Amino acid sequence: MSPLSVVTISLLLGSLLSGPAIAQSPTYGVGRTPTAEELRRMDISIGFAGEELPPGRGTAKEGAQVYVQKACAGCHGPAGVGGLAPILQSKHGADVPVWKRERILPLRAPNATIVWDFINRGMPLGLEGTLKPDEVYSLTAYLLFLNKVIPEDQVLDKQSLPKVKMPIGDEYGKPHEFKLNAPRLEGYPY
Amino acid sequence: MDSEQKSRRELLKAGVALAGGITLGTAGKADAQHDHAATPTSENAYPMIHGSKEQIEYGHRSKYVTSVRVQHPIGGRPSPDVFGKVFHVATPLQDSVGVITPSSLHYIATTRGSFLPDVDPTKHTLTIHGEVDRPLTLTMDELRRFPSVTRLHFIECAGNRHNGKQRNVQDTHGMTSCSEWTGVLLSTLLKECGLKGSAKWFVAEGAEEVKGASSIPIAKGMDDCIIAYGQNGEPLRPQQGFPVRIMVPGFEGIYHTKFLRRIKVTKEFYMNYNEFGHLRPEDKELALGDQIGPKSVITYPSGTQRLPGPGLYEISGLAWSGGGAVKIVEVSTDGGKSWNRAQFKNTPQRMAHVRFAYPWKWDGTETAIMSRTTDDIGQRQALREEIAEWWKVPFERDYRVPGLDNSVMPWKIAKDGSVTNGLA
Repeated sequence: MSPLSVVTISLLLGSLLSGPAIAQSPTYGVGRTPTAEELRRMDISIGFAGEELPPGRGTAKEGAQVYVQKACAGCHGPAGVGGLAPILQSKHGADVPVWKRERILPLRAPNATIVWDFINRGMPLGLEGTLKPDEVYSLTAYLLFLNKVIPEDQVLDKQSLPKVKMPIGDEYGKPHEFKLNAPRLEGYPY
Repeated sequence: MDSEQKSRRELLKAGVALAGGITLGTAGKADAQHDHAATPTSENAYPMIHGSKEQIEYGHRSKYVTSVRVQHPIGGRPSPDVFGKVFHVATPLQDSVGVITPSSLHYIATTRGSFLPDVDPTKHTLTIHGEVDRPLTLTMDELRRFPSVTRLHFIECAGNRHNGKQRNVQDTHGMTSCSEWTGVLLSTLLKECGLKGSAKWFVAEGAEEVKGASSIPIAKGMDDCIIAYGQNGEPLRPQQGFPVRIMVPGFEGIYHTKFLRRIKVTKEFYMNYNEFGHLRPEDKELALGDQIGPKSVITYPSGTQRLPGPGLYEISGLAWSGGGAVKIVEVSTDGGKSWNRAQFKNTPQRMAHVRFAYPWKWDGTETAIMSRTTDDIGQRQALREEIAEWWKVPFERDYRVPGLDNSVMPWKIAKDGSVTNGLA
């Protein structure tokens, strides 16, 4: 048996015998600790509270300009319709209940931060991740304005974006608590 | 000399019969130069495949095997699309045998359609952070230093739905595949990082250009999720997330993040773009949108195939469940009036395809055949009519089963032996 295996087994036995105190320390000691700056840069999943949002700001008017400058219309069409890429505003207009509209933007989502999140991580085609925070705030404001979610002059930033009231309101299914080895839905036989 | 020549001929015949004349070590290779089948006096029944560097190094299938993947659904968004992005591609289940899907035929699905990143594994890292005591960044070499597991698991796309317009089982069920996956249990890595008591969910994020991300309950992560780098005995294929992906056994395909670069452990549910697609008006319907229900389908005989005449056939198919291992498969050969227990061709495993079979003597009359399965936590695959009844909605021909469609799939057999979609 190699010295490493002996160490591993003693550590495993140690953690079994002496409980959580030893289990808390690393067993393998492989890898490195990422720096705070590395984590800040890669932490692009935006939660409901917008904790991960960077400083910056933007309005729909500024967003309309960014939409032209960044050639968004090339794929999505002018004002988000008529292009080859997915449409960005409903063909049925913005006054139809959101469940009856197409699956556009993440408009059915209860959190506007998801619109910011996807533009930031996934746009524009071929240059993903190059938009500056102000540009992402502006584009988010423009697209939410096109869909009549916010007024044209509303400023979106780290504080205001998580507070935007999305058209879905509270009318959506909430995730259930996942249980191991349990049916998908309690009482559902299939 | 005579006996030597004779034995050499036998050796060559055996080589042709067993391995297409490619192998049998150096002797076979040297002989290929001289005893070539093109000579009129040759006793070889078949022409020979010339040895080539490519064949020796990685091999390829017979030119007579022509099974290929196709875009899914037929008539839907093409792959590649106008931008060169790949969206949904289905595996040819109608030609499948056993339970392993060849890696080159594994179904493909991407987040909203994406390009295939050409990831250099020496530059790629996986970072775990968030609600842990010690955030950790691992190179791919470092990942391999942790103890590994090797398990059989299926992956199925939520878009794997069957309807009356589809022609064959590739169209109806081709968005599921099963492989042997090798990697490190996520629980091993999370323990190494020291999971905090506040940890409830985690976000798994990929490195492709749209950086697809999904939220997964931490209870699932600590149970059986695998940070996989191997598939069917070799590194993952780029289309399956090279150099590393997460396996979330039994959950819809979209959760199995490819090109995995980051795991963020969180206190609460994060609604990523992927979760947006799962949104439903009702809690009940949403609950059917993560784990795949018990499901089975007959792959032979199936749509567009033809039985040459009355006689004995082995009905064969695949069964699986996202809830555990398959326990029972039943086959009906009289349109669902009576059901017969099918036999398993391999040992059922958790969240894995199992191959089932049922010997059947077809008398040449028109009928419909179908299969249904029950898993080891008691969930049962149902007819579409039964599902509509449970949801208390009127059953119509285009009824859409809530959650992933795991309803029974019937195939019609006509008097002439032709097999067609039983939902049509």
